[in-house]
Amino acid sequence: MSGQRFVAQRMRAVPFSGIREFFDLVMAHDEVISLGVGEPDFPTPWKICDAVVEALGRGMTSYTSNHGLPELRAAIAGDIWSRYQVEYNPAAQILITAGVSEAMDLVMRTVLDPGDQVIVPQPCYVSYVPCVTFAGGEPVIIATCEQDDFKLRPDALRAALTDRTRALLISYPNNPTGAVMARDDLAEIASIAVEHDLLVISDEIYAHLTYEGTHTCFASLPQMQERTVLLNGFSKAYAMTGWRLGYACAPEAIIEAMVRMHGYTALCASTIAQVGAIEALRSCEDEMRAMISEYDQRRRVLVKGLNDIGLPCREPKGAFYAFPRIEHTGLTSKEFARALLLEEGVAAVPGEAFGESGRGYLRCTYATSLEQLQEALRRMERFLDKLATGDVSLEEPAPAPI
Amino acid sequence: MRQVLEIVEREGPVPVEEIATRLGIAAAEVEQSLREAQEQGILLHYSALINWEKGEAEKIYAFIAVQASPEHGSGFDKIAAYISRFDEVHSVYLMSGMADLMVVVEGEDFREIARLVAEKLAPAPGVRDTATSFVLKTYKMEGEIVTEEPGNHRLAVTP
Repeated sequence: MSGQRFVAQRMRAVPFSGIREFFDLVMAHDEVISLGVGEPDFPTPWKICDAVVEALGRGMTSYTSNHGLPELRAAIAGDIWSRYQVEYNPAAQILITAGVSEAMDLVMRTVLDPGDQVIVPQPCYVSYVPCVTFAGGEPVIIATCEQDDFKLRPDALRAALTDRTRALLISYPNNPTGAVMARDDLAEIASIAVEHDLLVISDEIYAHLTYEGTHTCFASLPQMQERTVLLNGFSKAYAMTGWRLGYACAPEAIIEAMVRMHGYTALCASTIAQVGAIEALRSCEDEMRAMISEYDQRRRVLVKGLNDIGLPCREPKGAFYAFPRIEHTGLTSKEFARALLLEEGVAAVPGEAFGESGRGYLRCTYATSLEQLQEALRRMERFLDKLATGDVSLEEPAPAPI
Repeated sequence: MRQVLEIVEREGPVPVEEIATRLGIAAAEVEQSLREAQEQGILLHYSALINWEKGEAEKIYAFIAVQASPEHGSGFDKIAAYISRFDEVHSVYLMSGMADLMVVVEGEDFREIARLVAEKLAPAPGVRDTATSFVLKTYKMEGEIVTEEPGNHRLAVTP
């Protein structure tokens, strides 16, 4: 009954993400404090929900244009202009999608021919490599490292280039490392992009969650707008993950091709989610600032706490993740995460779920309440004490019957 | 100082060290902010927010709109200070609009508040009229919505 024979060859090569595997393990336990979550703990600001309820009452329930509501595209263009002084034409250079996830898939399928290479710095979000693979491209991984604050080094980028390199995919602030790249860092990447005529796909979903310095939009660098696909959305900054709403900004020809694909596969992004996004941009800057200030406070508590208990952790300057090193405990990050969950009921995601270079690290979200963070730190300290006295069993349990 | 006060306003007496870590400033700076705020009468005291409707004890609240005769030179200050002295009086505000003063009182039952109004407030010198409205149900207090159960709908692990 499994139907495996009907599943295409190409899909068999793509496993579930490492997060999914760990999720199943966590779900089998009660009373878990989870630092494994990749989304805000705040509900969507009430004004947004209220605007949507009102719009539903007015019958805003039909399709929108393939591109998305003109009012939303105009609001996004205005927002990008006011933050970064980058000008996008809302009529032709912006596409509204079901989250950055859909936009990422569309970009890859739009720009890649079979065998084209896309350079992907890791650790990174779990969907990048599969999206390249699904589109028939070939991901070329660059491992970034803690010594470089998990930034992409220009020399590493140069070394990865071939005559088949088509695009570079970057994401700063980064999930899972919290790394950011300042304007100067990005300028070096930009000049390589020009030299080799690369398309740069920049996932800036955590842009607003930058705690030190200001975020540099990649398209705002000189000559970059013409070769950049800027991706962003409403999930993280406005606590709207479940609404599934994102957007892509790019030169006309790319957006035009993406809209064709989007029109045939998704038709349009959810209408009411688009209404909510308009309200977010119109009236929720204060709510967003308040959430960011909370994350910033939690960030300092978690980073200090991790360092204090002996899990070295560089200061993440963006997103809402700390990425402490656990290698010196002698455990792999998978073993560490599993044992921490079983012994103390704290869930954090093994770093290798985000690529080989995440091995030896753990992703801990601080988008959770301070009390929970403090309790998690106490439990982790106790866990490390047990580890030191050899009081932790690392036996793999027998697989649960499905 | 503002960020320090915002933390203690919402969370009460948070340890100085913790505030310092959260804001990325020195503990001494936090201490100084709190001390100055106390000295200047900005930070009055720490208290807890309790929803007595769910609690053990019965407490009822009433809002009393007071019309009063202002005095030359001091306006409503004297009568407001007089009313403020009663233990049952929770807060007193000078208002724009229909009432001159808005007095919030708390008591253990209806009779206690009725006695306060009839025997103390209404006859007080300078008070011309009172209109008492009892609180029937609390939906939100001090910025906190109290009618909803807190819920967490997030999955435990997401990308």
